[in-house]
Amino acid sequence: MLSFVLRRLASGVVLIIVISALAFAMLYANSENIARRILGQNATADLVARKTEELGLDRPLWEQYVGWLGNAVQGQFGRSWFTGELVTTGVTSRFAVTLSIVLGATILAAVVGVLLGVIAATRGGWVDRVVQVLSILGFAIPGFLVALGLVLLFSIELRWFKATGYIPITTSFGGWLTSVTLPVVALAVATIVVVAQQVRGSVTDALGRDYVRTLRSRGLSMRRVVAKHVLRNAGGPALAVLAVQFIGLLGGAVIVEQIFAIPGLGQLAVSSTVKADIPMVMGLVIATAVIVVIVNILIDLAQAALNPKVRLS
Amino acid sequence: MTEYAVAPVPVANSTRASLVRRLLRNPVAVIAIAYLLVVAVVAVIGRMISPYDPKTASLQLVLAKPSPEHLLGADSAGRDVLSRLLTATQISIAAALVALVVALLIGVIGGLLAGYYGKWFDSVSSWLTSIVMALPAIIVLLAARAALGPSIWVSMAIFGVLLSPAFFRLVYASVSAVRTELYVDAARVSGLSDLSIIGRHVLSVVRAPIIIQSAIILGIAIAVQSGLEFLGLGDLSVPSWGSMLNDGFAQIYRAPILMLWPSLAIGLTSMALVLVANIARDELERAAPRRTRRSRATPAAAYVPGPAPIAHPDDARAEKRLGEVLLNVRDLVVGYDRDDSGVTEVVRGVSLEIRRGEVHGLIGESGSGKTQTAFAVLGLLPAGGRVISGSIHFDGTELADASEQVYSRIRGRRIAYVPQEPMSNLDPSFTIGSQLVEPMRVTLGLSAKAAKARALDLLDRVGIPNPARTFAAYPHEVSGGMAQRVLIAGAVSCDPELLIADEPTTALDVTVQAEVLDLLRDLQEERNMGLLLVTHNFGVVADLCDRVSVMQSGRIVETGPVRTIFAQPEHEYTKSLLDAILEDAAPRGPLATGTEAGR
Repeated sequence: MLSFVLRRLASGVVLIIVISALAFAMLYANSENIARRILGQNATADLVARKTEELGLDRPLWEQYVGWLGNAVQGQFGRSWFTGELVTTGVTSRFAVTLSIVLGATILAAVVGVLLGVIAATRGGWVDRVVQVLSILGFAIPGFLVALGLVLLFSIELRWFKATGYIPITTSFGGWLTSVTLPVVALAVATIVVVAQQVRGSVTDALGRDYVRTLRSRGLSMRRVVAKHVLRNAGGPALAVLAVQFIGLLGGAVIVEQIFAIPGLGQLAVSSTVKADIPMVMGLVIATAVIVVIVNILIDLAQAALNPKVRLS
Repeated sequence: MTEYAVAPVPVANSTRASLVRRLLRNPVAVIAIAYLLVVAVVAVIGRMISPYDPKTASLQLVLAKPSPEHLLGADSAGRDVLSRLLTATQISIAAALVALVVALLIGVIGGLLAGYYGKWFDSVSSWLTSIVMALPAIIVLLAARAALGPSIWVSMAIFGVLLSPAFFRLVYASVSAVRTELYVDAARVSGLSDLSIIGRHVLSVVRAPIIIQSAIILGIAIAVQSGLEFLGLGDLSVPSWGSMLNDGFAQIYRAPILMLWPSLAIGLTSMALVLVANIARDELERAAPRRTRRSRATPAAAYVPGPAPIAHPDDARAEKRLGEVLLNVRDLVVGYDRDDSGVTEVVRGVSLEIRRGEVHGLIGESGSGKTQTAFAVLGLLPAGGRVISGSIHFDGTELADASEQVYSRIRGRRIAYVPQEPMSNLDPSFTIGSQLVEPMRVTLGLSAKAAKARALDLLDRVGIPNPARTFAAYPHEVSGGMAQRVLIAGAVSCDPELLIADEPTTALDVTVQAEVLDLLRDLQEERNMGLLLVTHNFGVVADLCDRVSVMQSGRIVETGPVRTIFAQPEHEYTKSLLDAILEDAAPRGPLATGTEAGR
């Protein structure tokens, strides 16, 4: 168990280093372009050259990367080229906001998706057909259109929620709740249908297994067999889908935060991108990769708890 | 990128012409295709037919309402919305096509090469996948935008790279499969070059799935591209659906209608693409040769009462051993609902009688309806199956039309079941002990402690060497023979009066078979249970049974005491089954009869 976590952590670190190298190569390769974009199109060649030197962009790429990596392992990711804010401060101060939305959406999607999937698989009939149609729609309609629709309906038309803005949970719990409800729902909609579809499939599959018949032949009711045995066996594939979806939700948060004006990582990512604030973008890439690696390890552990065959070392 | 992982598309042969035809027969597909054609035409000629210059701003027209001159009104800069929409179509579609083409080129060529030549590729590709999986696509695209500037073409080319695994996996899987086919070896021997083999045998197989996948990828690319533009990360100087949406969103309080048109364009186009892909995939699946679910059962015409089975009277031995009638099945008909609302009958008028303390063999070849009869008695027919007529009378209770409530007092406690395949009949996620304890607690109301003690006793009784260890083990940790003993222990755990064993030894090693049969026999005698033994093996029947019923295509053809059936079989089918054993045994000499009977 411990060695399993350690091994996964080690491979996660290797993965993050590889990603950092690739990202660094892409972000820092065109040094002249970077300096020019900071200074504007009218800057003289001389100014550009000086800026390039000032930022240390005139050194060979690998040298720059080794320097970056050396600082990074000490937790130093540099400062924003524009605001002077520490990259670590910029990321950590917005981290909780994004995580609360993404986790909220993950939990909402898991609960509703599993319920819908189980009902569709066990009851069949119109519930099943509705889930089928919804899953096609959920797949086909881009998430940000769903979010825009929710804003129009609930904020502009019905005025149930504020359209934009974020109230920290420390300020007011109720305020926080009303400010994150729409973003979380908007983010979760597409994931709900994907999870429901997956759960429907794996529950249908588990229902057809021989042990279901055998357990029922011992006098257990269908309800009990579904609640205990079928769900446990269908849980593995559902978790795998949730892990993949989590990455999608992290990406979706970028757009949702923009729509609802929520000061999270996504908003920081967009503003840093527009300004070409390379150190900040680099920090965000690493932060995202770290989140993904950690979530994947957690999901693997949950898998092991669910499936005895995975419970190895 | 993985959030855009695409569902697998079935690979089917020789369906392309008919696939198009069947698509055109589906009204939803026709509407979606027609819409996509309109979008395609607008993408080509939109710039020419737009009434105004899409970039000309006019202060008088800022947020103008729709009017005869400006059908869809004007945006926040006073530009004609209709003209922008028509022009934007070209940019948006072209940008999505860039992503598609890049993904196709990398995915298909990479997949062909890797599938055809590379064995090392599996590890490399899984490694690459985990890198691509570690970041959401939009983060990668943001980073690219930060480094390379606001070109939607560059962004879409990079997105194409991120999407290429969808095609790569598809092509790679097909090529790997085809490469090992014999006809490819034959083609190579006959002198065809690798290239023409790939062209002829591989591309023809994956063409339809690639087209379907392309539709889905195109939809995803449109969505992501509009998303980027919506975030204001695109090139604001060119009109596109996403940038129009961005402008509309900025005016959400003043003119939310501005968001409607680009939203419709994006939403409808994505939906049309996904719908066409989905329908095409369903059609492909339907065209692929399906294994019919009940292929084992002989499809038969509707039930007409057949000739009555040849019934031999009980001999003295059977008379002496047997008690009162426990299970009485009369004229049982079991059928499965077909798609065309007809019914396929798999059991056609079976009558059976099992007495207390009797071992009754139900013998017949695969598909004769033995197992279906057993499931019908248990009330556990697979989905779609049901008792159509006849009666199942169990010790005073009618089961043929019994509710779940009635069955809940019968199953486990009075009728129990030993399955054929031991491994698949244990839930892999729970320990063997918990699977034994749970039914005893539910049906007998035992405490956890009492149930555990009883389970350990039972495991000991069925000959498990270390009951405590097996109790704590998971099913994958024990052998097939052990698992079958566990299942037998579970079946008798609630003291049933009738045990239904469905080919209980078929899946086991020969050496284990005899032990398991002995165990069944001992338990049956010890508890004076009725035992319905479903089998296709006359050796087992001779060894264990008091009476036997011979089943053929859903009917019982002959029934009687086991000695009479062996000594004087009357029905042709019984004779041929018996002859089959003898023919089987003959070349092995006299010893073979012994092993046959001992099985």
